[in-house]
Amino acid sequence: MLIYAVKRFGIAILVALTVSVLSFSMIYLSGDPAIALAGEGASQEDIENVRRVYGFDRPIIFQYVDWLLNALSGNLGHSNYLKSDVASVIFERLPTTMILGACALGFALILSIPLGVLAAIRPNSLIDRIALTIAVIGQAMPSFWFALTLILWFSITWRLLPITGTGSWLNFIMPSIALGYYVTPAVMRLTRAGMMEVLSSDYIRTARAKGLRPATVLFKHALRNAIIPVVSLAAVQFGFMLGGSIVIETIFAINGLGFLAWESIQRADLPMMQAIVLVLSVFYIVLTFLADMLNAFLDPRIRVS
Amino acid sequence: MSERILEVEDLAVSIPVSAGLLRPVQGISLHVDRGETLCIVGESGCGKSLTSLAIMDLLPKKAKRTANHIRLAGEELGDAGERVMSDIRGNRMSMIFQEPMTSLNPAYTVGNQLAEALKRHKNVSDAEARDRAIYLLEKVGITAAASRLGQYPHQLSGGLRQRVMIAMALMCGPDLIIADEPTTALDVTIQAQILHLLAELQREFDMGLVLITHDLGVVARIADRVSVMYAGQIVEAGSAEQIFTSPAHPYTRGLLECIPVPGKTRPGERLGAIPGIVPSLIGDMPGCHFASRCPLAHGACNTAQVALQDASDSGHAYRCVLPASETGTVDFKGAA
Amino acid sequence: MSDAVSTERPIVVTAQILEPSPGALMRRRIFGHTGFMIGIVVLATIFFMAIFAPLISPGDPYDQVLSRKLIPPIWHDSAKATWEHPLGTDLLGRDYLTRLFYGARISLLIGFAAMLISGVIGTTLGVIAGYFGGRVDMVVNFIITTRLSMPVVLVALAVVSLVGSSLAMVIWVLGLLIWDRFAVVMRSATMQVRNLDFVTSAQAVGCSTPRILFAEIMPNIANSLIVIATIEMAHAILLEAALSFLGLGVQPPEPSWGLMIAEAKGMMFFDAWLIAIPGAALFALVLAINLLGDGIRDVTAPENRN
Repeated sequence: MLIYAVKRFGIAILVALTVSVLSFSMIYLSGDPAIALAGEGASQEDIENVRRVYGFDRPIIFQYVDWLLNALSGNLGHSNYLKSDVASVIFERLPTTMILGACALGFALILSIPLGVLAAIRPNSLIDRIALTIAVIGQAMPSFWFALTLILWFSITWRLLPITGTGSWLNFIMPSIALGYYVTPAVMRLTRAGMMEVLSSDYIRTARAKGLRPATVLFKHALRNAIIPVVSLAAVQFGFMLGGSIVIETIFAINGLGFLAWESIQRADLPMMQAIVLVLSVFYIVLTFLADMLNAFLDPRIRVS
Repeated sequence: MSERILEVEDLAVSIPVSAGLLRPVQGISLHVDRGETLCIVGESGCGKSLTSLAIMDLLPKKAKRTANHIRLAGEELGDAGERVMSDIRGNRMSMIFQEPMTSLNPAYTVGNQLAEALKRHKNVSDAEARDRAIYLLEKVGITAAASRLGQYPHQLSGGLRQRVMIAMALMCGPDLIIADEPTTALDVTIQAQILHLLAELQREFDMGLVLITHDLGVVARIADRVSVMYAGQIVEAGSAEQIFTSPAHPYTRGLLECIPVPGKTRPGERLGAIPGIVPSLIGDMPGCHFASRCPLAHGACNTAQVALQDASDSGHAYRCVLPASETGTVDFKGAA
Repeated sequence: MSDAVSTERPIVVTAQILEPSPGALMRRRIFGHTGFMIGIVVLATIFFMAIFAPLISPGDPYDQVLSRKLIPPIWHDSAKATWEHPLGTDLLGRDYLTRLFYGARISLLIGFAAMLISGVIGTTLGVIAGYFGGRVDMVVNFIITTRLSMPVVLVALAVVSLVGSSLAMVIWVLGLLIWDRFAVVMRSATMQVRNLDFVTSAQAVGCSTPRILFAEIMPNIANSLIVIATIEMAHAILLEAALSFLGLGVQPPEPSWGLMIAEAKGMMFFDAWLIAIPGAALFALVLAINLLGDGIRDVTAPENRN
């Protein structure tokens, strides 16, 4: 287990470094970062100034190492537009996005795991068909359109929920649904497939041959094994949702990281964009690492070996 | 006369498939007394395993079971609901399966899975369950039993896992154990050990044992009585001696000719083979199921209802239209 | 009794003789698969709309007639509704049905092109990793992991904003981003096939590696490849719509469905149909592609169902 953890950690670090290189090189996509940073209508002198201050005149490798060392010490750069420290802005917005992501994941899991289990217990039954329909429709619905439709129904027609803002928990209901529903088909299908496989396994027959009660067979023996791959998937999907929150946060004007990212893209605020990509990627890497560890913990075949 | 532990009369299983109604088990009757070992023999796919699952009421959902009687120590189970059956399974009637590698739950320790069986049926404390588990693990020949309790199935070899399965079946002190090819998946050297163990434990705990196997060598060693199955039916039943010394059904004779017997089969002598394949069991099948492969088959075999008839000795029955004296002429040695 | 028996046996025999040919069996599976049929019909309709947009459109997708703006679709109980504009007109007086037809072109083009690019990248990586294993596999796995840790929408938006957005750029950015599923699935599919006997025997008789990859491996993973291709095409179409919705994908005045929703967002409280129509079109297209993919999986490999 320890060897596995160390190995897995090493890979995570390598991936994070690669991602940092990619995020760093993003500023060169537009051509000359100095021109981009100086903004429209800047004089040649301003551009040269920016180039010197930011060190764009030095070899790229030095620039990268400087940037990385700064990032490691918590300095993610300075936003020209907000006239403020990038890191502090990001960490001010991050909790909102985390709450949104957690609510969305919670919604997705509460809907998809019971449905997946029920569908697996009674394949081809009505509930299985309903679950399949939800999955098929869920996968095809554009999230932004679904979000607008939710607003139309719940806010305009029925006047039940507030449209924008983060004032109360009511504000998080629609965004969580809009963000989480896209995840439900995948989790539901995996739960169903996993349960079906486990339920037809020999050890379930053994459990029944012992005379165990159906609930014990289902929850202790079946779900416990079927849920292991779902844990990894949930972590991966949580990462995807943080990335996807940019659309949802923009629609519901939720002041999180996604909204910040969109604003920064609109303003061509390069250091901010870079930092957000880096932070979200690193967060995803940490998340999948933790998921793998949890996975290993849940599966004795990995844990005890 | 000793106590009758299991009595099955006219057991049948049917499974709807796209081509019609599959009837893999038809009209099975058998019985086991306390302290007795009944072996059910037959080739793969003859319905042996489904018969045992049907007795335990563990058939797949699609399969339908019918029976005149399934009695466990006199109690009728043929129409018992899941609630009653789950109280009996693992308690008064246990089962050991073919695949020890996959029959234990990978997520729980051996101790957990052993104790669980006892705690489900008996009102015992954790410590009592643990003691019983250690006692039985030692009984099935596992050393350092106490430390094994904390291990996971993947840390054990196949032979050890099957010993754990046997211990698990014994946790509640059952009247009857059904073992479905318990040694097929194991190494040859370990097969013998496990069989010895089963026979020993059966004597020691004075249980009924139903052993399902396709290995006639195993049968010769530990069976008291034998039922030979072919294509969903019992084609011959009797004491082990009757079956081995005076087999009455052509199929049984064929089976016995297929195995070399030490001291009897001369070096270089040809072994027998049964030509043809097992018939499809979809739909109603008139006549003798073995007719298509039987060298003695004649017109009547394809149409007549063939019932079990008594052979010369008592308790020895076989399913054939011919008198036992005539089936002796069958010869499978030229067929291969 | 024996009469009934004698008629029964021959029936079984005829049933065996009349066993349908593989082709007939395939046709029966295809036509018996409701999802597959719905998918193919809807997709064909949208494809038809896209190809023949200039011929079947009632108007011009760019023609603005401000005096005729916001005419509701004909099913609306409004005096303004007219058969001249069956689906009404948008904020700038452009015929909505026409824009819907032309929008189908953009969605299909971007979906297909991005799927092709990502398919080539992902399949190459996946097959190489799966076939060679070992170090190669480790490297490819690392590349996949790295790619997965970058949030797609965010990176796509950032890149498009930096390099400038155009139809071609959206295609390239999406194509270069969404190859991960191709790689993952092709990798495991190749791994399964690699150890099968016919591959071993091809190696044994000395076939060259490219020959083995194209003649032995590819045909056997083509099934999963097609299924993933449909999933990724749908994925690319949804991403394009999201990008355009956020103003960084296809640029006005092009009639992208995502852009149409974005343009109508301000009016949605008064004229909900403005977002309902392109949204429903988008939903129908993606649903059809997904149904088709599921159908192909079921029809070609029925044992893989569930």
